[in-house]
Amino acid sequence: MTKQALTIALAGNPNSGKTTLFNQLTGANQYIGNWPGVTVEKKEGKLKGHLQVIIQDLPGIYSLSANSLEERIASEQLTQHSPDAIINIVDGTNLERNLYLTMQILEMGIPTVVAINMADMLSRQGAKLDLDKLSKRLGCPVVGISALKGTHINELIAEALKVAKSGQIPKALSYKQDFEKLLSAVDAVLGSDLRKDQRRYWLTRALENPEPLNLKPAKLDKLNALVKAYEEKEDDDIQSIITFERYALIDQMVEGVRGGKAPEAVSTSDKIDRIVTNRWLALPIFVMVMTLVFGLSVWGAGPGTFLTDWVNDGLFGEIIPPAVETLLGNWGVADWLQSLILDGIIGGVGAVLGFLPQMIVLFLVLAFLEGTGYMARVAFIMDRVFRRFGLSGKSFIPMLVGVGCSVPGIMASRTIEEERDRRMTVTVTSFIPCSAKLPIIALIAGALFGGAWWVAPSAYFLGIAAVIISGVILKKTKPFAGPPAPFVMELPPYRWPALGTVLRSVWERAWSFVRKAGTVILLSSIVIWVLSSLGWENGSFGMVENVENGLMAKLGGAIAWIFKPLGFGNWRAAVATITGLVAKENVVSTFGILYGIGEVGEAGEEIWHLIARDFTAVSAYAFLIFNLICVPCFAAIGAIKREMNSARWTWFAIGYQTIFAYVLALVYYQLGTWFTTGAFTVGTVLGILALVGLLYMIFRRRKDYKKPELSVAPAK
Amino acid sequence: MKTLLDMRPGQKAVVKKVHGEGNLRQRILDMGILRGAELEMIKRAPLGDPIEVKVSGYDLSLRQSESSLVEVEVVK
Repeated sequence: MTKQALTIALAGNPNSGKTTLFNQLTGANQYIGNWPGVTVEKKEGKLKGHLQVIIQDLPGIYSLSANSLEERIASEQLTQHSPDAIINIVDGTNLERNLYLTMQILEMGIPTVVAINMADMLSRQGAKLDLDKLSKRLGCPVVGISALKGTHINELIAEALKVAKSGQIPKALSYKQDFEKLLSAVDAVLGSDLRKDQRRYWLTRALENPEPLNLKPAKLDKLNALVKAYEEKEDDDIQSIITFERYALIDQMVEGVRGGKAPEAVSTSDKIDRIVTNRWLALPIFVMVMTLVFGLSVWGAGPGTFLTDWVNDGLFGEIIPPAVETLLGNWGVADWLQSLILDGIIGGVGAVLGFLPQMIVLFLVLAFLEGTGYMARVAFIMDRVFRRFGLSGKSFIPMLVGVGCSVPGIMASRTIEEERDRRMTVTVTSFIPCSAKLPIIALIAGALFGGAWWVAPSAYFLGIAAVIISGVILKKTKPFAGPPAPFVMELPPYRWPALGTVLRSVWERAWSFVRKAGTVILLSSIVIWVLSSLGWENGSFGMVENVENGLMAKLGGAIAWIFKPLGFGNWRAAVATITGLVAKENVVSTFGILYGIGEVGEAGEEIWHLIARDFTAVSAYAFLIFNLICVPCFAAIGAIKREMNSARWTWFAIGYQTIFAYVLALVYYQLGTWFTTGAFTVGTVLGILALVGLLYMIFRRRKDYKKPELSVAPAK
Repeated sequence: MKTLLDMRPGQKAVVKKVHGEGNLRQRILDMGILRGAELEMIKRAPLGDPIEVKVSGYDLSLRQSESSLVEVEVVK
């Protein structure tokens, strides 16, 4: 069979240098997307210098057992869409465990080249690997490379192209005689029920779990009898036996391959780790690192904030709008179109793009920490805390980042491999008040509570409580139920990250924010502008001078009843809540416009007396609760959509956030009113019912749902 | 039965059997914790859970609940 384009799949363990090698192989010719139906990132690229060759980056995996989503994707990709060749990258400093995946890959009967990475590290350690010996034993070409330094990459490419073109299949490795006998017996029983190609791989899969084959009862009995007899003989179960045989084979492969100096018993990485995750020092160091991350990106005087302020106030404040205004004026563009472009599009999109510099700094710091291996330690340190309410240690980073801005916070959840944990983290991250919600807090604190000191901390406490309560509630619902995801996690050695890999990761994240979130923002900005600027004024429909006459005000009036049970059923509060969806900063300025004051200060000092007139202390705090917990801004919704990669799950998150916020505000307002005024009304009954419902969701017994089946939609 | 959970930091052991079932067990086995493998208990996390072990030259972290599935024989 001849194909026009060759496909080479890149497979390897996490932390084996796979991403760095992928970047070396493809350069700038990369396409990033998602595997069909799932949120696992899919990367493809054209091979540098051989543009007709496609390099496909498989998810980083330890095994092809198809237990996790990533393993399933990788094994389906290899079995359903047999690539022309596989480059299997192996960390030379951690041979045995890396070769475990290699054993499975070699069984697939696909032309394979093994790339032993970290040649530079090995030679620095004074270690030598006899690659010829290894190649002979593995039955496939072996090339020693350094992905970081880019050495011997051309040799690797040449070997990969050679096996891809010749279709040279690795020779089968033989297990010990008894096990081989079992395999041939099973082979005979299964006959044509098992696919012919990649037979050895499928034989072991059938041994582990014959279910997908839908065997006739007679055959299944025969198979089970064979397995049972073997299990009894070995005094072990088949799952363990297969793994054991693979590792036994690995021991044969690497026997006598290592030469030179033996690796030091206590490496530099071990020494660093002794301090960084030390029982007493770990938490202080952790707090210091987090403070640094924060300081650089979101802290008021850090470089990230400095740049963001410049983009917001300078670029999208003093530079672009006046320039565009002059330009549009010179062109004689109609006033309404000028308003749409300036107030609607530049105002709305600018408000979001303003966060970009902050995000880039944040992504830079995070990518650096990821590259060093510290992120795995953060999960290690924090897991105990987060597991208590159904999340994992890896959920910490998104929430921390979320204090600055939910958008990068939600995007930081990408490092959580387990899909259920990731979805939960994405759903709850925006409960932590972001910096754009601070003016709302200041407004309510100033207008109704005399600027009391406790209002702001109470908002953060509320956010943390919302995360915890949601964790407990969601964990008991069907999609999130089940045993906690295993935390059997590698703690990779500390390494100095490759600059190129860090920068590329920053670029990918920042660009996907601009592109994906940007489209949502652009559209929503236009919609909000249209609704605020059009309406009936002086008896005719058209552009309105006074926002109170706009469609937005009508809409606010029409939906205000929804918020009546929460104590803020006035149209201004309703409109402010809606404009808060574009950006939470809008809430305060919207109040300013709707009260006819116009431009107000950041905390809205000018309208405090008016707010105090329309709200009570209880209803104002209920307003605060609702606006802090409900659906975040459009930019964050865009990020949720990007990370969920599913319309259904995006709507689930939005729906959950809104209902949860509504219930909390309802309970607070109704019970608060009852306690402060003593009036028992229909509303009070509603409030009590809502509270009972909430408590039921928190404290109900966990049902034992079956573990949800991970499903991967077949690729096109 | 002595498990990985009972080991003190610095102790070394050989795995006798991995209990449990399904995906979790397969994951533990895949990572190289299987009968005959040599382990060294490195430390517990500052809050007591999870723990860190060295196995075939690399560091692995497991929760207490997972490490209680690994039956070991302490050698040193």
